Amino acid sequence: MPGRRAGIAFALAILALAALVAVEATRIPHSAYAVVGPRFFPFAVAGLLGLLGLLLLLQALAGGLLPADFAGEPFDRRAVAWVGLGLFLNVALIQSLGFVLASSLLFLCVARGFGSTRPIRHAALGFLLATLVFLGFSRLLGVRFGGGLVEGLLGAGA
Amino acid sequence: METLAALGQGFLVALQPTNPMWGFVGVTLGTFVGVLPGLGPALTIALLLPITYTVDATAAFILFVGIYYGAMYGGSTTSILLNTPGESATIVTALEGHRMALAGRAGPALATAAIGSFVAGTIGTLGLTFLAPTVVELALAFGPADYFSSMVLAFVTVSATLGSRPLRGLAALAFGIWLGLVGVDLQTGQARFTFGLLELLDGINVIVVCVGLFAVGETLWLAHRASLRRASIVPVRGSLWLSGEDWRRSWPAWLRGALIGFPIGALPAGGAEVPTFLSYWLERRLARRPQEFGRGAIEGVAGPEAANNASAAGVLVPMLTLGLPTSATAAIVLSAFQGYGINPGPLLMESQPQLVWGLIAGLYIANLLLLALNLPLVGLWVRVRAIPQPLLYAGILVFATVGTYGISQSPIDLVLLYAIGLLGFLMRLFDVPTAPVIIGTIPGPLAEQELRRALTIAKGDPTVLLTRPLSATLLALALTALLVPLLWRRLVRAGLRRG
Repeated sequence: MPGRRAGIAFALAILALAALVAVEATRIPHSAYAVVGPRFFPFAVAGLLGLLGLLLLLQALAGGLLPADFAGEPFDRRAVAWVGLGLFLNVALIQSLGFVLASSLLFLCVARGFGSTRPIRHAALGFLLATLVFLGFSRLLGVRFGGGLVEGLLGAGA
Repeated sequence: METLAALGQGFLVALQPTNPMWGFVGVTLGTFVGVLPGLGPALTIALLLPITYTVDATAAFILFVGIYYGAMYGGSTTSILLNTPGESATIVTALEGHRMALAGRAGPALATAAIGSFVAGTIGTLGLTFLAPTVVELALAFGPADYFSSMVLAFVTVSATLGSRPLRGLAALAFGIWLGLVGVDLQTGQARFTFGLLELLDGINVIVVCVGLFAVGETLWLAHRASLRRASIVPVRGSLWLSGEDWRRSWPAWLRGALIGFPIGALPAGGAEVPTFLSYWLERRLARRPQEFGRGAIEGVAGPEAANNASAAGVLVPMLTLGLPTSATAAIVLSAFQGYGINPGPLLMESQPQLVWGLIAGLYIANLLLLALNLPLVGLWVRVRAIPQPLLYAGILVFATVGTYGISQSPIDLVLLYAIGLLGFLMRLFDVPTAPVIIGTIPGPLAEQELRRALTIAKGDPTVLLTRPLSATLLALALTALLVPLLWRRLVRAGLRRG
């Protein structure tokens, strides 16, 4: 049963997280002056995660931890890939192209993933939205976005 | 009397020139995001946290509580007309409300939800007005150990008792607490869990966590199965108005719902689902025609909707008097307080009376505005759902970028945002509740501080948690809240096997 295996993987991931928290907690330097140092609570959290991970593993082995069931409906890889591509392009290009252009690309990709069939129109809409959001947030709320091609033209860069 | 005078002052603050404008913006925005699927008040307030840099505190909180109340009105509209409850607290509304809509009675369902929300919201706000000063007096006697134990109680009830998946809820909570620990330890100045990244020294911004889980996670979740992206709206036909019989059946349900919702919300345990389910159960019990339940009984909309709104007001009691948030939205509002350098707690009403009473007066005003805004304009709000999904979710992710990149201009925060978003998606896939993460991230570090303070005072003796009567009681309650549902489930299962 693939569902059961996914549940076990999920429980193991929690256990891995518990281990990570415990290992990283040992790297926190001691503090000689505090009665209760900065490592105490992290170790407690690691212990809690470990305990929960074990219980979840038992639950998963018993078949009680299954991913959502969609009655045979396939995982929409194409849609998720488009959203993922949009997120990747955004984070990769936001410093070189600037917020407005990178966000327009993000908008275009996500819209495509959700079934948009009019890329040019939606690219234009995305550009418009990103520009308006940029102007609104930078002028009214004083949020800074760093520089960029369009940002420079609008005279409101970093 | 003192309370009334303070409330009067609060109204003066809330009615100052620009504040009603902020309230209006808040309720409009709140209803808007409430109607939209997957966008909750917690996410909206998180995205608007940057305004705390430029706008004064009273105005910001009037805006935030407007969003908080507004999202609930909008959420019930969605439940009734689409049968897609925006949040777990409106699941019950959908049960009867959507049936009513399918039977051509969408108008009365929306009306009883809106008027009931108003009545119960007002009762709840009155409860908050008069209960909060009393709780403050009690809370002044709280020591660090008592604080820590009350937080443990809230953590347990919010993540384990109230959800259907106690282990997963607790795991989400523990993960959230860990996220909250990242950064420099305030007491000793040691860096924790920063993995050598300078960006993480200040900690993981709560905006990143909230937006990642709720905006990015939700978008990926909807993307991954085509059937999740389909929804059909039941058109509103006929009169919006309640008939005489509808009124007679609704008003006792509103009052009962409010009386159930407020006290449960005000407990330092929180959760809006329990009062709505209780109210539904009670209305079904008391109904003259229980056979109508499941086919669109108006009491089944009126009671739970009232319970939901009254409990939302109740949640503000522990939040304002103890600094103890018991919902994701309350946790985000708490972080907004922290952004202003204010720590909610028993001293808050003394030190910031203008702010607290202005906020409470803002709640009364928000309720009134919502009643006026929602009922006549319901057709307009439904049209919000006509925004094509590709544009809606594309837009949401652009706003998510603004909310995170805009605070730091650091691509690391964006990477973190997307990583947490991916995690939110996986959590949804495995039916892990996401709200406990937020509840762990924000009050988690506070719980650590209180625990260390308590242990320091006791010279490292951990029994201090059990020797103080209040703390011991709270911990005993937490243990009960953890174990009773487990035993209960086991008993039910054993009973089923035998029967």
